[in-house]
Amino acid sequence: MLSIKNLKAEIGGKKILKGLSLEVAAGEVHAIMGPNGSGKSSFANVLAGHGGYEMTGGSINYLGKDLTEFNVEERAAEGLFLAFQYPMEIPGVSNIAMLKTAVNSIRKYRNEDELTAGAFLKVIKKKAALVEMKQELLKRSVNEGFSGGEKKRNEILQMAVLEPTLSVLDETDSGLDIDALKIVAHGVNTLRSPDRSMIVITHYQRLLDYIQPDYVHVLADGQIVKTGNKNLALELEERGYGWLEKQVVNG
Amino acid sequence: MGDSTQELDALVKRKYKEGFVTNIESDTLPPGLDEDVIREISRRKNEPEFMLEWRLEAYRKWLDMPEPEWAHINYPKINFQDISYFSAPKNPDDGPESLDEVDPRLLETYAKLGIPLEEQKMLAGVKGANIAVDAVFDSVSVRTTFRGKLAEAGVIFCPISEALQEHPELIKKYLGSVVPQTDNYYAALNSAVFSDGSFVYIPKGVRCPMELSTYFRINEMNTGQFERTLIIAEEGSYVSYLEGCTAPMRDENQLHAAVVELVTMKDAEIKYSTVQNWYPGDENGRGGIYNFVTKRGACRGDNSKISWTQVETGSAITWKYPSVILYGNHSVGEFYSVALTHNMQQADTGTKMVHIGKNTSSTIISKGISAGRGQNTYRGQVKILRGADGARNYSQCDSLLMGDQCGAHTFPYVEVQNKTANLEHEATTSKISEDQLFYLRQRGLSEESAVSMIVNGFCKEVFRELPMEFAVEAQKLLDVSLEGAVG
Repeated sequence: MLSIKNLKAEIGGKKILKGLSLEVAAGEVHAIMGPNGSGKSSFANVLAGHGGYEMTGGSINYLGKDLTEFNVEERAAEGLFLAFQYPMEIPGVSNIAMLKTAVNSIRKYRNEDELTAGAFLKVIKKKAALVEMKQELLKRSVNEGFSGGEKKRNEILQMAVLEPTLSVLDETDSGLDIDALKIVAHGVNTLRSPDRSMIVITHYQRLLDYIQPDYVHVLADGQIVKTGNKNLALELEERGYGWLEKQVVNG
Repeated sequence: MGDSTQELDALVKRKYKEGFVTNIESDTLPPGLDEDVIREISRRKNEPEFMLEWRLEAYRKWLDMPEPEWAHINYPKINFQDISYFSAPKNPDDGPESLDEVDPRLLETYAKLGIPLEEQKMLAGVKGANIAVDAVFDSVSVRTTFRGKLAEAGVIFCPISEALQEHPELIKKYLGSVVPQTDNYYAALNSAVFSDGSFVYIPKGVRCPMELSTYFRINEMNTGQFERTLIIAEEGSYVSYLEGCTAPMRDENQLHAAVVELVTMKDAEIKYSTVQNWYPGDENGRGGIYNFVTKRGACRGDNSKISWTQVETGSAITWKYPSVILYGNHSVGEFYSVALTHNMQQADTGTKMVHIGKNTSSTIISKGISAGRGQNTYRGQVKILRGADGARNYSQCDSLLMGDQCGAHTFPYVEVQNKTANLEHEATTSKISEDQLFYLRQRGLSEESAVSMIVNGFCKEVFRELPMEFAVEAQKLLDVSLEGAVG
C-alpha cells in the first residue's frame, strides 16, 4: 500500500528526515516511536503534503501512485487521513457542517454523488456513537472549547466518517486519560480491516496495549533505526531510547 | 509555506461580477451644482415649496462646511462641480401598469444582478410572494410592488418623491429630524440634492406583513447618487427592511452620499439590513464607488428597538456609521457588521450608540476582514449621558487578516457620564492561519472552500442576524469576493 524509500525532507533549510524508508502493506498497523525531535510529526506532515516542508529526496509510492504528485486535498481524497496532534479550532463553523463539506468534497473528487443532509446525518450519528461523542459537540464550532480529550475523539470521529485507506495518527494518545484512550482505541480498532492500513505515532507503549501493532519502528534523527514487533515497544518502555541513539552514532 | 501569502493574495483577486452598463436613454442634468440646479431638481419632481426651501437652506449651509478629514481613508479631492445631480430613466408614462410596460433592458439588468427568481416573480406581480420590492434605478423609483397588500395593513411604502406628493405632512414632520441638514458635510449635500429613496410608514400596532426590500443601482456615468430614506414605526409596530445594491463597472469614481433616518415610537421595532456590493475598483484602486453614508435611528419611545445589520463588501471607500440614539427608557440599539476590504479598498465604518434614557442597552458586533492591500477601520462611539441610569453596552470588534499587506484598525471611543453604566469591550485580531488551512485541506476541502469556510465562520454572529434569504446572499457574496485563481 505504502512504500517509502530513502525519504529526505527539510523545513526552512533544516534537515528533518534523513533517508527514511518504510513499507506498509494493506491491513497492517505500524507504530512509530521515538524521542522528541526525532521527526515523527514532520514525517506525518510530509506524508499529508504540508507546504512548509520541502522534500529533497526519495520517493513515496501509495497504492501504485506517486503520492508527491498530489496536493493536500487530493491526498485526502485519495484516502490518506492525518489525525492531528493539535487539532485546529475553526470558530463559527459547526463540526457537522465541516464534516459534511469534507465528505462531499471527497465524494466529488471520486465522482460519487454528494450525500444528502439526511443520509449524512444517519452516518454521523452512527459514527458519533462509536467514539461516544455527544450530539451537542457535533453542533459546536470545530474543536472550539473542546477539552483535549474531546479534540482527539473528534479526530477519530472524522476518521470514522471519512473511512480512509491509510490513516496516520499523530500522538493521538497524548493528553488522554485512560477512559478516553480506550474509547479512541476502540474507534481505531473498529476501523481496522484487511484493506486499511494505519501508522500510529506515539511516545508511549501504553497505547499499543489497546491498538496492537504488527510492527514497531523507532525513528531517531530522521531515520528508522530499529524495527521489531510489539515487544520492541515494551523494551523501549524499560530502557528508553538512549541505547538506540548510541547505536546510530556508533553505526 | 513561502508562497502561501501569494496564494492567499491570488485567492482574493476576483473579478467584479456586476460590471456592466445598461443602455437606457437617460434624462440627465449637465454636471455642476448651484441653486439653479437644486431648483431644477425640485421642479422636475414637482415638489411642494417647503421642500425646495429646505433643500436650498441645506445647500447654503453646505457651502460653508469643511470636508471631513478625520476618517482613516485616502482619496483624491472630489470636484463637486464635475458631478451630475439628476438622472432619471426616460419613461413615456409616469408609472408602468404592467411588466410589459417596463423597459425590458431594465428587467434584464435585474436578472443579471441575480435578484432571486421569487423576487423577479414579485416584480412581475405573481401572487403568493411576500417581499415588496421598491426598485430604485438610478434616481427615480421605477416600479413598486405589493402596494395594495401593504396599503390594506395601512403601511405606506413608496418612493420618497411620491410621499412628498401624497403625505407631505409626514415628510415635513420627520425629514431631517434624526439627521439634521447640517449633521455632517455629506448629509448636508444629500439634503440639498437628494434624488429619491424609500419612504416607509408603519401605523400604530401594525406588524408589517412582509419584509420590505429595495435594490439600488447606480447606472449613469458620473451621476452621484443621493438616496434619502425615511422609515417611521409608530407605537407598537414592527418592520424589517432590506437594502441590497450593486453597481456597474466604471473607470471613474462615483460618489454616493445617502442618508437614512429611522424613527421608532413606544414599543416599536425597526430591523434594517444592508448588503452593499458596489463596484470596488480594480486591483490598482482605479474606479470604484465612494460611499459616504449617514445612517441613524432614533428610539424615541420607551421599549423601542432599532437594529442595524450590514454586510459591506463593495465600494472603493466606505465611510459609514449606522447609529442609534436611545431616548426612550429601556430602548435597545444594535449594530451587526461585516466589512470586507481587498485590493485597494478602504473602509472606515462603525457605529455610535448614544444612551439618554434609563436602562437603555446597546450591542455592537463588528467583523472586519482585510485582504490584498485593503484597509479596514472600525470606529465606534458609546456615549452614556448623565441621566442614563443603568445603561449597558457590549462591544465586540474582531478583525481577520489575509496576507501581510492589509491593515486592520480599531478606534473605540467611550464617554460615560453616569456611574451606573456597565460597558464591556472585547477585541481580537487574527490571521487565517496556515495551520487552519492545512487542517481543512487535509479533510478534503480545496483551499478556496477552506478560506470561505473560515471567513463565513468568522462572520457567523452577524449573518445570523440577517433575514434568511439575505444571509444566503451574503454568504454567496463573500464566496464571490474570495474566489479567484488559486495557485
